[in-house]
Amino acid sequence: MSEELINAIVEMREEDALKMTTQMLDSGAPPLEVLEACRKALDVVGKRFEAGEYFLPELMLAGEMMNQISAIIKPKLAEMPDRERHGKVLIGTVEGDIHDIGKNIVSFMLDVNGFEVQDLGVDVPPQKFVEAIQDFQPQVVALSGFLTLSFDSMKNTVAAIETAGLRKKVKIMIGGGQINEEVKVYADADGYGKDAVAGISLAKEWIGV
Amino acid sequence: MKEQLTNVEKLEALWQGKLSPKGPDGNPLPFQSPEAEKAYKERILRVKDAIEMNKLPDRVPVTVFPGMFPWLNAGMTMQEAMYDYGKCAEVFKNFVLEYEPDLHWGAYAPGSGKMYEILGYKLYSWPGHGVAPEYSYQANEGEYMLPDEYDALIQDISGYFTHVYLPRVFGALSGFPMLPFLPGILEIYGLPLFFIPFGLPPVQATYQALFEAGAEALKWVVPIGGADVALATVGFPTVLGGFTKAPFDVIGDTLRGTRGIMLDIHRRPKKLLEAMDALVPLMISMGIANAKQTGNPVIFIPLHKGADGFISDEQFKKFYWPTLKEVMLGLIEGGCIPFPAAEGYWNTRLEVIQDIPKGKTLWMIDQSDMDKVKKTVGKNACLFGNVPSTMLNLGTPQDVRAYVKSLIDTAGKDGGLIIGNGAFFDQAKPENVQALVDAAKEYGTYK
Repeated sequence: MSEELINAIVEMREEDALKMTTQMLDSGAPPLEVLEACRKALDVVGKRFEAGEYFLPELMLAGEMMNQISAIIKPKLAEMPDRERHGKVLIGTVEGDIHDIGKNIVSFMLDVNGFEVQDLGVDVPPQKFVEAIQDFQPQVVALSGFLTLSFDSMKNTVAAIETAGLRKKVKIMIGGGQINEEVKVYADADGYGKDAVAGISLAKEWIGV
Repeated sequence: MKEQLTNVEKLEALWQGKLSPKGPDGNPLPFQSPEAEKAYKERILRVKDAIEMNKLPDRVPVTVFPGMFPWLNAGMTMQEAMYDYGKCAEVFKNFVLEYEPDLHWGAYAPGSGKMYEILGYKLYSWPGHGVAPEYSYQANEGEYMLPDEYDALIQDISGYFTHVYLPRVFGALSGFPMLPFLPGILEIYGLPLFFIPFGLPPVQATYQALFEAGAEALKWVVPIGGADVALATVGFPTVLGGFTKAPFDVIGDTLRGTRGIMLDIHRRPKKLLEAMDALVPLMISMGIANAKQTGNPVIFIPLHKGADGFISDEQFKKFYWPTLKEVMLGLIEGGCIPFPAAEGYWNTRLEVIQDIPKGKTLWMIDQSDMDKVKKTVGKNACLFGNVPSTMLNLGTPQDVRAYVKSLIDTAGKDGGLIIGNGAFFDQAKPENVQALVDAAKEYGTYK
């Protein structure tokens, strides 16, 4: 039954996935088993995305299926179990820029790949990144930006992290529409991702997964 | 064959109109000097030849199609540019006079902040309204059309926009849902019932807001449109007739949003395809009407969610390209030049999108591999681009000159190239923008 649920999620059969979840629970399967199946399915979806077989429609539908299945399971669990995580990534769109599609994809893929992610949202001032680094203690900070104004905001954010004495504690990656090596050098980041997949690879490399 | 000739004639009439321009009073445009008139006509022909790909122009045309660069570079905030229309137009004229591109695209980008206030516009945040004064406006994506509203949209697009969509994105149009169903006005019997809504305070308040918005739009267009005329008299033309959109982006950008449309590909693919089909004739007539109104043949089509990475090639072929192609062919049929902008990377789409008639379109290329683009889309279409925004912002004039030179070598040797920026940019070093224009003029001469 677990296998069938995994297949239904991976093959984007939403109705089947929800039906099977209910069936599994009704036939006495432990909620944790269902969660584990979801996790495995999401792992395959993530791998297919990284391989260029799946794209946003599949990522977003997988996310939707997860939300719905979680909602079914939650009442049956005292608390959602903690997953073992590889490391922590702090992410946000830099000051002045309110674009979030790219950031949300990276955030989702980081989560699928087993990272603990704190997402600060959009238009995040440098100081807010600094405070979040102090509280959350991430190994990696990911700065997103779509507009050309974000180049300066990224530079300012990295500078603020430096000023706060936190620069050596984190690796900083940048990403978004126009971002390339030139912007990486300008902003004094440690790396950039041309797309979400490249960003995930960087995080894995830096954290040592 | 006869039909084909008609299209060519329609377009040729627009070009001839451009070459014998008229002023706002309907009389021939008074050029400031014979040199200005000569330069104006040379620039138009240079661009026309590049797009038509029949014969080589005298040199590779060059243009800059910026985002908010002209205003930010002049030391204005975006807030000023959106509220001080006279200054907005002045600054834009100076920008064109300073950099001297063959083509300009008008001072329309900032728009009227005051008018958006009057209408209570929610789809965008702009300086002073959710964005800091120095930054440009940005879209607030959302699910402005709900998943179960496809049938309503498909059945009556205008009705759906009036009664449902527009009131959601303009706070001041909250009276629109109360409007009567106008095609029901058929006979005298019961006629007064139809007009009751117009007597109700919310509807009257909505119309009051529309009158004010219209008055403000007129205040805006006098200096902004005037800039086009003033620039023409000193020799700098525009060919931008207006814009339209790919049906997939109409739904994905402002109706369902990215998340909505991506889910719809799996959850309700038939409805999505039906809705896009329904949008095709509208998107065509919107472009043609714009071209007729302005006398300019080039219709801009910003392309968003068909780029590499958003959807698979199979999904692109099924959901994105067919209706975009129909819109482009419809525009060509109507005597226009479709000007799609392939924002981001389109490397995996090139084989598909090269299937267009030769010499009828202009493609703005952002970060796609220009060599590959030339060998595919560039066989049939004039290419526009693709100096990177990052280089204009962070590079040196030497970088830009070298890039432009290699671009001309790669994509311009046998015509079909207009040098310009690849994506809209707000920030850049002015010397880099100058280097873009100068390098094209220096290296781009055809012998």
